[in-house]
Amino acid sequence: MSTIKLTVNGKAVSADVEDRTLLVHLLRETLNLTGTHVGCDTSQCGACVVHIDGKAVKSCTVLAGQAAGSNVTTIEGISKGDELHPMQAAFRDNHGLQCGYCTPGMIMSAIDIVHRYGGKLDEETVRHELEGNICRCTGYHNIVKSVLDAAGRMKVSQAAE
Amino acid sequence: MGVEGIGASVVRKEDRRFTTGKGRYVDDIKLQGMTHAHFIRSPHAHAKVKGIDSSAAMKMPGVVGVLTGQQIVDDKVGNLICGWAITSKDGSPMKMGAWPAMAPETVRFVGQAVAVVIAETKNQAKDAAEAVVVTYEELPVVADIRSAIKPGAPQLHPEAPGNVIYDWAIGDESAVKDAFGKAANVVTLELTNNRLVPNAMEPRAAIAEYEEAEEHYTLYTTSQNPHVARLVLSAFYNIAPEHKLRVIAPDVGGGFGSKIYIYPEEMVALWASKKVGRPVKWTGDRTEAFLTDAHGRDHISKAEMAFDKDNKILGLRVKTHANLGAYMSLFSSSVPTYLYATLLSGQYNIPAIYAEVMTVYTNTTPVDAYRGAGRPEASYLVERLMETAARQLKVDPAELRRKNFITQFPHQTPVIMAYDIGDFGASLDASMKAIDYAGFPARKAKAKAEGKLRGIGVSCYIEACGIAPSKAVGSLGAGVGLWESAEIRVNPVGTIEVLTGSHSHGQGHETTFAQLISERLGVPISQVQIVHGDTDKVQFGMGTYGSRSLAVGGTAIIKAMEKVEAKAKKIAAHQLEASENDIVIENGEFKVTGTDKSIALPMVALAAYTAHNLPDGMEPGLKETAFYDPTNFTFPAGTYICEIEVDPATGKTSFVDFVAADDFGRLINPMIVEGQVHGGLAQGIGQALLEHAIYDANGQPITASFMDYTMPRADDLPSFKLSHTPTLCPGNPLGVKGCGEAGAIGSSAAVINAITDAIGHNKLEMPATPDRVWHAIHG
Repeated sequence: MSTIKLTVNGKAVSADVEDRTLLVHLLRETLNLTGTHVGCDTSQCGACVVHIDGKAVKSCTVLAGQAAGSNVTTIEGISKGDELHPMQAAFRDNHGLQCGYCTPGMIMSAIDIVHRYGGKLDEETVRHELEGNICRCTGYHNIVKSVLDAAGRMKVSQAAE
Repeated sequence: MGVEGIGASVVRKEDRRFTTGKGRYVDDIKLQGMTHAHFIRSPHAHAKVKGIDSSAAMKMPGVVGVLTGQQIVDDKVGNLICGWAITSKDGSPMKMGAWPAMAPETVRFVGQAVAVVIAETKNQAKDAAEAVVVTYEELPVVADIRSAIKPGAPQLHPEAPGNVIYDWAIGDESAVKDAFGKAANVVTLELTNNRLVPNAMEPRAAIAEYEEAEEHYTLYTTSQNPHVARLVLSAFYNIAPEHKLRVIAPDVGGGFGSKIYIYPEEMVALWASKKVGRPVKWTGDRTEAFLTDAHGRDHISKAEMAFDKDNKILGLRVKTHANLGAYMSLFSSSVPTYLYATLLSGQYNIPAIYAEVMTVYTNTTPVDAYRGAGRPEASYLVERLMETAARQLKVDPAELRRKNFITQFPHQTPVIMAYDIGDFGASLDASMKAIDYAGFPARKAKAKAEGKLRGIGVSCYIEACGIAPSKAVGSLGAGVGLWESAEIRVNPVGTIEVLTGSHSHGQGHETTFAQLISERLGVPISQVQIVHGDTDKVQFGMGTYGSRSLAVGGTAIIKAMEKVEAKAKKIAAHQLEASENDIVIENGEFKVTGTDKSIALPMVALAAYTAHNLPDGMEPGLKETAFYDPTNFTFPAGTYICEIEVDPATGKTSFVDFVAADDFGRLINPMIVEGQVHGGLAQGIGQALLEHAIYDANGQPITASFMDYTMPRADDLPSFKLSHTPTLCPGNPLGVKGCGEAGAIGSSAAVINAITDAIGHNKLEMPATPDRVWHAIHG
């Protein structure tokens, strides 16, 4: 057991964890942030994606201890009160989700994609970049639409800031 | 149509919680004092369990108990059953082998549980499981259909000689023989329908709690049909009587059929919760899903079609072998029979059909309904056969289909189904136009000049949905009725709760069903709450599968709504001193036609509950229930066409275009319907190109994780071009047919027909991986 300190969704957190505890289990079981999901055991599906220091990371592939001292953002931490993040709103408006299980990881990955590519996203790039996130419901058609839509919205909201 | 009524693509009510991480799935739930279960599973496909030594494990930190298959048998927990009786050609009943929830003596597939460790934490349970020593004596294995039916093959169940579960047939054998006797041409095809794993993204999970004071159990479970789960757990598995068992299926992360069934893990969790006197939680991991979720498909078939000199179909003869795995799952027997062979007429006028189906046991995971369930297998067979026929007869594949389309309705096929309505030519035309079918030869020539092989593939599917008329399925062997129920509660303030026996695990019922209410009463969907997935709240229900929720569950809502409206009109008429027959409902108001007198719904509701001024003899309250049993199946149909380019150097296929024209009857929320089609297409294309559950000769699964079972990724799929050619279903008041499975049913044949067109011959099985395509080109 060791005690680790990190920031999760802007709040300082201190937790006692077994050395083998994965970040996703710290989030879900200790911090009750159950929006981050586990869909596989092999780092394939991406349901567990969170941001560590602003970058998309599969939280099932990181030990909680490795995240000590870092700034973790989960799906619960991206809206501003009642106002959805543009990526969340785009998924809702474009029907980019069905059962909702892969959705938090998809949204966290997609935000990172938009940040990395800025305005230069096209369908082919989005499809390629989403290869680490599996959805069984949507056939990705509306997920791709959502990401492209959000890329436009995020550009607008960045310009406004 | 109102802005939120029928036909409006309103965004989903459920999406705020799902996009913000506030969904509530089973694994998100914690109960006070909860323990964690980890199953000990057989590493062998077929073995005797000689002994289980848990003495070391019992001393490990946090261990609450180790429970074995023998204990569950000793406690008289019932064996798992198959609830659909199928009779063989010789009149004998199907041969159901005993399936205890944990194996006391014999394991018959890799992953079958023999014991369970219960501990304070999940990791402690896993650690202790490593210390349980199970001694096995390995037995010879049959891992596929062909080895199962070989003379002298190892036997799985004493109840099933030769590993045969049933040998069944449908149709008129002698009429088919006559048809083939008259044929000008006969087209023959042998094909395999590859085994798939459903892989809903949320792994199955269960939490069971036993409250001693009330002798009452609660089960939180990843179920598509919580009432069916309660019924089966109670009536057949002896866990608890129905009034002492509450089953809750909260948000469920996809199902695709795999969450219909009541699995050993739920049974064990319930049983163990009483044994250890604490709540027990089990959450499967992905490999457990591969090992224990019911798989899909796995057929081998031979099909022959007879044509006259004008290329009209005279007859169809099919012989199919289907692998049901090591045990008969809950509805497994119905899938390769009444959900498969009854659709072999496709969209075509076929005067005579005869289909034989033999199902067998093998040392593999049980197989049951997976998205489409029998209908994809039928559609794949018929549509590959039509394509093969067109090539052999040297006619255009689209025109051969058109020539044989059923155009008069209702149409009775030779295999039970009575198609009520359709316009198959309209969907074929729409798809041909969308893909510029006429321009294909020029595109193919251009691709050839660039060293690429271009192919186009057509698939005209039909399915039987709206499952199902209870009397009809009862006569065919079903152990349950397949009606649906609904309850509508108009609260005293005018808000509305709709309690439905359907269950949403991605389908968007909270929105679509609310739109039905909005359409009728003119209230915004924000005033309507859809309640589902809890046997203590919802009176009863048969759940969601077989594209039935709207056609059957939605109609039950309409039936309950009609009763609410009738009573509300009486109250409004009384309040307004008008005749009940003069009351009309518009935008949430009850109006007296031809006057300016009206009363708003909340005032009618309040009057119903205050009961100060109701018509003489009327009961207070505004709440009605309905049970609706459909009179027929519904028949969604359509045409999918895809154009594919193959790189002969690598065998890699890429989509040029994929178009779909579907007839789902009336669309309530077109955005949601199209989402369902996209997802179905992805699963059908996944089957055609990528997915394959493989066992080696020893029954070891080779594909038991996402590392080695290829799930479709975003860059494996194209954007889809959809259109709709609806004919309204005459069998229900909404005119709806169902849309959840169509994509998975119709698309795989379109893909394979396109690739075989590109490579110029028909010797190609699913999944058409680059390796297989390359070898198909180069030999």
